[in-house]
Amino acid sequence: MAALMLRWSCLGKRWVLACIDGGSRHGRGAAIGLTSRRKRGQSSVAQQPLIAVQKSRKGEHEWAAVVGLEIHAQISSNSKLFSGSQVHFAAPPNSLVSFFDASLPGTLPVLNRRCVEAAVMTGLALNCRINKKSLFDRKHYFYADLPAGYQITQQRLPIAVNGSLAYSVSVGKKPSQVSTRTVRIKQIQLEQDSGKSLHDEPRSQTLIDLNRAGVGLLEVVLEPDMSCGEEAASAVRELQLILQALGTSQANMAEGQLRVDANISVHHPGEPLGVRTEVKNLNSARFLAKAIDFEIKRQIHELENGRKILNETRSFDDKLGCTMPMRDKEGKQDYRFMPEPNLPPLLLYDTASLPPGADPQQVINIDWIRERLPELPGKTREKLIQQYGMLPEHSFTLLNEVGLLEFFQNVIKETRAEPKKVTSWVLNIFLGFLKQQNLAVNESPVTPSALAELLNLLDRKAISSSAARQVFEELWQSKGKTPSQIVSEKKLELMQDQEALERVCHTVMEGHPQVGVEGRRKAMHFSAC
Amino acid sequence: MSSLLSAPSALREDALRRLKREMWARAVKLGLRSWVGWRRGFTSKADPQRSGRVTAEVIEHLERLALVDFGSLEAVARLEKAIAFADRLRAVDTDGVEPMESVLEDRCLYLRSDNVVEGNCAEELLQNAHRVVEEYFVAPPGVND
Repeated sequence: MAALMLRWSCLGKRWVLACIDGGSRHGRGAAIGLTSRRKRGQSSVAQQPLIAVQKSRKGEHEWAAVVGLEIHAQISSNSKLFSGSQVHFAAPPNSLVSFFDASLPGTLPVLNRRCVEAAVMTGLALNCRINKKSLFDRKHYFYADLPAGYQITQQRLPIAVNGSLAYSVSVGKKPSQVSTRTVRIKQIQLEQDSGKSLHDEPRSQTLIDLNRAGVGLLEVVLEPDMSCGEEAASAVRELQLILQALGTSQANMAEGQLRVDANISVHHPGEPLGVRTEVKNLNSARFLAKAIDFEIKRQIHELENGRKILNETRSFDDKLGCTMPMRDKEGKQDYRFMPEPNLPPLLLYDTASLPPGADPQQVINIDWIRERLPELPGKTREKLIQQYGMLPEHSFTLLNEVGLLEFFQNVIKETRAEPKKVTSWVLNIFLGFLKQQNLAVNESPVTPSALAELLNLLDRKAISSSAARQVFEELWQSKGKTPSQIVSEKKLELMQDQEALERVCHTVMEGHPQVGVEGRRKAMHFSAC
Repeated sequence: MSSLLSAPSALREDALRRLKREMWARAVKLGLRSWVGWRRGFTSKADPQRSGRVTAEVIEHLERLALVDFGSLEAVARLEKAIAFADRLRAVDTDGVEPMESVLEDRCLYLRSDNVVEGNCAEELLQNAHRVVEEYFVAPPGVND
């Protein structure tokens, strides 16, 4: 784990953040500095190898922010965690609910094998220790969308503990200035999701849909090693990519498959940690960063004005761009955890400890799962860099955009052009067009084959690069035409015939006798390109 | 007390209420354990000087958490007797003994394969509901979010 000290200005705001990755060494909470500068426009992008936090100026105090995350990811499975009803996003209300999900008396939980495998895979991918024995508990609280009055979770002994997640943040204005950080993973546990409540304010009632009740969730708890919204958002993005690569969760924040709660506190470096607040209802990566940064600023503002921070739960109002306290959280919630009496301990095995003659359906072998782990995003990026010689930041962009990597690889397959050329075209021109019109990769009017053909033409020097751009624009507008068709239609081919070229040049030069030798040379050069 | 019996019913009610309040206050004053102490009492073997009383605070807390209604002093007394009964477990020396998870801890946890075998019974489930709106269960407006 690198211990870098970097300073960077946070999106043009007045705050100057000094981020130090000392999480592993300093234990709980890194010594990270968030300095408030009264002078506007001050930003320093210098990198220093020292650990010391920036010295405070007269009358100013340094603040360090500490951010921890609790991430709930819906497990991608056919049926729910403890019952055989279907897991599906959109369905008629209460149609995917079994008697157990509705908490009818006499029903019992039966653990879904796929969910356990998903938890083990995720634990292994995040470098966790998989607990060969884990336990289920009941967490009690009353809410209409929790029919049983308790949630089955793993509080005492979760399935995986002590892992790490590496992510990267930009540390300067240039895209190449990225730094890798690590956040420790406290634990991963299996738990049930609750149903959905729709608040009908005018009629003073709440409508309950239990389709989601009982769906398996992976709760990933990240230690408070992060110091600002951007770090948190990057960590969440990387976790999303990992979960998607593993197939354990589709991790789509918009569909509620990935939910993040943030625990935020501020303190002066060297002093004990401050009171923390929890911010819930963060359902997009963009809002995540905004909400965390707002909360950090709010806490600093409150403390600097002599007020205290309450240990409360807040939600983020994205329209107003601020966090608001949630109602009625009187003091700390007492969940009265108790062991789930209907579920024995969950035992996992490895190849060494596998009981002989055991029913393969009834045992889970950690080693077997480890051998079959899909390729993780970090590895994919490494391979891209090695195979195609691209820069690290390019590999990040390729993976970050949904479907872009597949597009890129399809183009590579069908073209003779150099990988670097392909990279440049895909990341600059293709992606540029997509972003301009706010399209996803799968909505692109240009297919990988079309782009591959275009790049082949360019590679053969059949057209010039400016002509290629014109063709691309044409491809974008008109569907169905191939690049070759467009080239011949618009007569964009480069003249290959040397004699014809010379004749053209002579004609031009004769028509402009005043142009000197230099001009003639330029003309000849132009025709040769 | 005899004067109370002969007084009109309204006055009697008032007096009874006052009496109850005083008894509560006395119970509170009579050296009580805090909720934390009671909890710790079950998990650790220390704290030999418990007076066996449950505070009004604890009762309120429990009533809110578990939505039970202790209602009367008799109920609280019964609770205290139950606690005292269970406390006799402490007489056993469990030093160095690994606590049991549950009586099922030796059983095998059955793993079900990931197939859809249930659901699609909205009508049946909604029959149980007191109020229904278009296939949704109806609950009172949410207090916390």
